[in-house]
Amino acid sequence: MDVLTPRTLDEALRLKAERPDAVPIQGGTDVMVELNFDRARPPALLNLNEVAELRGWSKEDGRIRLGAGLTYTEAMQTPLPALAEASRTVGGPQIRNRGTIGGNLGTSSPAGDALPPLLVCGGQVRVGSVRGERTLPLEEFVTGVKRNALADDELILDVTVDAEPGRQTFLKVGPRNAMVISVVSLALRVDGELTASFGSAGPVPGLVRAPLDDAESFPEQVASAASPIDDVRGTAAYRRHALRVLTRRALERCLV
Amino acid sequence: MRISLRVNGEAHEADVWEGESLLYVLRERLGYPGSKNACEQGECGSCSVMLDGDLVCACLVLAAQADGHDLVTVEGLAEDGRLHRVQEAFVAAGAVQCGFCTPGLVVAAADLLQRTADPSDDEIREALSGNLCRCTGYAKIFDAVRMAAQ
Ligand SMILES: Cc1cc2nc3c(=O)[nH]c(=O)nc-3n(C[C@H](O)[C@H](O)[C@H](O)COP(=O)(O)OP(=O)(O)OC[C@H]3O[C@@H](n4cnc5c(N)ncnc54)[C@H](O)[C@@H]3O)c2cc1C
Ligand code: FES
Ligand code: FES
Repeated sequence: MDVLTPRTLDEALRLKAERPDAVPIQGGTDVMVELNFDRARPPALLNLNEVAELRGWSKEDGRIRLGAGLTYTEAMQTPLPALAEASRTVGGPQIRNRGTIGGNLGTSSPAGDALPPLLVCGGQVRVGSVRGERTLPLEEFVTGVKRNALADDELILDVTVDAEPGRQTFLKVGPRNAMVISVVSLALRVDGELTASFGSAGPVPGLVRAPLDDAESFPEQVASAASPIDDVRGTAAYRRHALRVLTRRALERCLV
Repeated sequence: MRISLRVNGEAHEADVWEGESLLYVLRERLGYPGSKNACEQGECGSCSVMLDGDLVCACLVLAAQADGHDLVTVEGLAEDGRLHRVQEAFVAAGAVQCGFCTPGLVVAAADLLQRTADPSDDEIREALSGNLCRCTGYAKIFDAVRMAAQ
């Protein structure tokens, strides 16, 4: 196994082009579990921790740019209410200090807690390679359970979202307040319309939009858009029910 | 591969396997067994250390990612032969039973008190939410953190 540690983004993209089999690692909170348990033995790891261009967040042209290396601890300080709330629910402090938004996108789990908040904010994922850059809407980036549109030679650079977030909130169901994978989660944004996104209730995070006047029927709309399954964390029926309840609570919070 | 890192102010070099964790390097190669290995998946916090001033699970840091960086382990909290006030409070409050979780909790509590001098119970609960203890039921641990804050 090789570890490649580029110091600049250019170098990182060049290394990824030379070694398309190298697995990127940022916070390692997903990758290291695989390594420690012998579930993965990639030929190479591409350590992105030293690439300053991937870090931090900034305002750019009326959008907010979140670097792929933005940690949850840092995301809690952004002016994006749902993302900040979701970040607070991720793991415990140790996980939030290391785990990143880019890593959550890379893993593309249906339970990824950063994904619903980014979806309701119109998240656009910018990916790059030595061939150039492309930007795709988050709903096109995540293509299935732990699958995404990233090519072998590409890296996630950042996600941009609307800087005027409207009223937003994030809710998550789990057996305790910290250290839980979502049984089901929901992000809601209310501005000119209602936008909801749910996690752990389908192969990919769902996105549902409706006019403001639809507030009454919106919980049902969200629940019927979901395609949950029975698994160790909950049943499909429970998840659909919980989505109805979470959407109603989220509307109560945001429509005051 | 060879990495160099600072542990508790001391410069070290280590020859490591590319896929190994910082926890393994600390415990097995550099002789810092204070950080414990229980789950190797970020769930228990018993391997908590400070990496460049941030509380992290050493089991989830790739050794190579610590190359050129600064670490503080539980062994580095005492100063001039005197225990850190969090360590003293854990002893005084009887917050230790089997002791396996203690190093991680001590490092996490020290990190909390460095950022928040007088934490509320909710802040303590939040700060220690990544650390598991199978013995104490946490009441004495809370007592110890409150004691250390005074
Ligand atoms: C104890 C524990 C609790 C957790 N709790 C939660 C939780 O509550 N909610 C939640 O959503 N997740 C949780 N997770 C999962 C994990 O922390 C998140 O998915 C996190 O966002 C991963 O980020 P990372 O930087 O650590 O990723 P890494 O492990 O470094 O990488 C994850 C994946 O993304 C890829 N990748 C990383 N960066 C890039 C890049 N720039 N370009 C291309 N690919 C890239 C990697 O190759 C890998 O496939 C938890 C994990 C642990 C261990
Ligand atoms: S051993 Fe690292 S968190 Fe359990
Ligand atoms: S004292 Fe035994 S695990 Fe905490």
